[in-house]
Amino acid sequence: MDLLSIARGPALKAALAIFFFGVTWRLVGIFLLRHNWQLSVGRAGTGASLQGALKSIFTFRRPRLSRPRRSPMESTADAAVAVGSRSWPHPPFVRRTLYGETIGYLYHIGLALVVIFSAPHILVLKSFFGAGWPALPTPVITIIAVLTLALLFAALMRRLGSPVLRHLSNFDDYYSWSVVTLVFATGLMAHGHVGGPYQDVLAWHILSFDLLLAWFPFGKLMHAFFLTPSRAIAGYLLKRRGAPV
Amino acid sequence: MSADQRIRSGAAVAASDIRRPHGHYDEEGGASAQARVDSALRSFVLDVGAVAALRLDSCVHCGMCAEACPFYVNTGDPRYTPIHKAEPLKQAYKREAGPFALFFRIFGLKRRVTISELHEWEELLFDSCTLCGRCSLICPMGIDITALIQDARHGMAEAGLVPRALYDKASAQHRTGDALGKGREQTVRALGQIASEREVEIPIDRPDSDVMVCTTAEELNAYPDTVAAMAKILAHTGTKYTFCSRAVDGSNYGYVEGSLAWERENVTRIVDAARECGVRTVIMPEDAYAYVALRWEGTELFGEPLPFEVKHISEFMADELAAGRLRLQHAAGEAPVLLHESCHLIRRGGNDSEALLRLFEAMGLEAKRPADHGAFSRCCGGGGGVLENERADPLRYRVFEAKMREVEATGAEEVVTCCSVCRRTFDDGVKRFDWDKSVKGLTELVAEHLA
Repeated sequence: MDLLSIARGPALKAALAIFFFGVTWRLVGIFLLRHNWQLSVGRAGTGASLQGALKSIFTFRRPRLSRPRRSPMESTADAAVAVGSRSWPHPPFVRRTLYGETIGYLYHIGLALVVIFSAPHILVLKSFFGAGWPALPTPVITIIAVLTLALLFAALMRRLGSPVLRHLSNFDDYYSWSVVTLVFATGLMAHGHVGGPYQDVLAWHILSFDLLLAWFPFGKLMHAFFLTPSRAIAGYLLKRRGAPV
Repeated sequence: MSADQRIRSGAAVAASDIRRPHGHYDEEGGASAQARVDSALRSFVLDVGAVAALRLDSCVHCGMCAEACPFYVNTGDPRYTPIHKAEPLKQAYKREAGPFALFFRIFGLKRRVTISELHEWEELLFDSCTLCGRCSLICPMGIDITALIQDARHGMAEAGLVPRALYDKASAQHRTGDALGKGREQTVRALGQIASEREVEIPIDRPDSDVMVCTTAEELNAYPDTVAAMAKILAHTGTKYTFCSRAVDGSNYGYVEGSLAWERENVTRIVDAARECGVRTVIMPEDAYAYVALRWEGTELFGEPLPFEVKHISEFMADELAAGRLRLQHAAGEAPVLLHESCHLIRRGGNDSEALLRLFEAMGLEAKRPADHGAFSRCCGGGGGVLENERADPLRYRVFEAKMREVEATGAEEVVTCCSVCRRTFDDGVKRFDWDKSVKGLTELVAEHLA
């Protein structure tokens, strides 16, 4: 069995098994911890409406709301408000966070575009799901990929250059960055037919993706699963007090 | 002399005064180092429920919380990054209670928290955090970092690793029901003295009252005019109210010091007193921490919904104004004042800062607000037990310097605040920097404008 077959076959299966089992274990493990029911009476007149919540999700802003009572629907809307309002820093915080926030947004968008709209990925996803969609032209994907790789390095430079980020960073931060960048870099190499025979580079690309899948449940990449519930809980708990989210 | 000139003229806080990494901790009780670590770990693990676990696991180390923290912003010291202050809690959770705890232990990926780490974190948790909640508002993952810091304080209190001055007040309140250690009789006498000296009626243990009022030991001591102002306003609105001799001090040092048992005890004392008086509403004094401790945090500890409504005095005044029972006369030619909005009241307590402005409007008084106001107001640096904690003074003054510049930029000569902890912090800052500003509590200001 050659390297590509291993990467596509047993390695991918093992990585997927670790990914699904690990993600489930971590989410269930958290959910099964103690729950505290809120006993204080939520503040009247501050509940969000569903309309306000939807507006917040699309505008990234807190809605101005004044509702007389808080219903379960309003509590759900409170939660949704935070999902929206935390998507971009509140105006007083923008100046100090603009650079990091912008880099973060751009590389996430770049990664998503390349994963979803490059022709080889669409073929792979079609083989899984049976349906495909139009790919972005190759030169466009190339430009996006190069820019995204540059942004990943800019993010690393920011982490290494900022005293706060250096102080906070641990193995997880650097390893997660390395794994994501490795997948991206090998993908770009395969895309550009550089770095050796295509089959070998593709095998390394898939193997690095396998590695990413296997690492995913254990480190910070899990933020993909935590983002929405974490913001939603903040929205629910803070807004029932009438506090800003 | 401007704030900048005052700061430059020698009143400024030197960086070397702020950072003293060694010996910057207090130990209460005589427990061994091992016993302290065990107690802290037990508390950390017990405190982490599903919500706290989600908060701890969600952090992506983006560092944005530092940009919201007054202690980081005004010192540039990365140790003051808010989420970093919760590190021992996170370490304990990951190693002892998280979904992969076994994995972390077997491979030694998370070390057990050590006594020297707890000593170091005592400063980070108590000296450099006022529980102002700005970090919780900036976090893109929605992590309530302030809540995590409070959880971590619980473990520190269990281990007896809290600042001495804060512990002294919390334990005095535990022993006597009064944070300054005065007994019930002395407190009642102090209320009587305020009533007679200022010619106001201050009912104590009056039956058939609808409302119970609390003050704090600190307010009774430092701001007797505020207590008298509360009495005047309540009488003006025709409220049937009373102080209750067993719960005059509404502050909750257990809450800021981190002791859950003492926090619960303080809440229970107020609840029992309110039940005894048969009131439907409890009005909390200007101290925003006292209000939040009873209204939100204490309720969860008490174990059942409170049998009465809790209102902060500013909330009560705003509600009475809206209902037409509080009638205020317009100020004639009074200079604009700066409204300092208490972080804990607005960001943690959820009180409406617009309601405060309506009070100013009714008094015909212009309330200037700094560039960052309302939900984003900047902390004065003294809340959360930092003001009581003398060893944190250099750090606190560094934060206050920024506050002074903020006030100066508005051109206001007087600062009005709705929280007595902020007021004490400002008063202390005025003395420390020989600052030519005056400070007043909102309750007193409103009482001066009663129609």
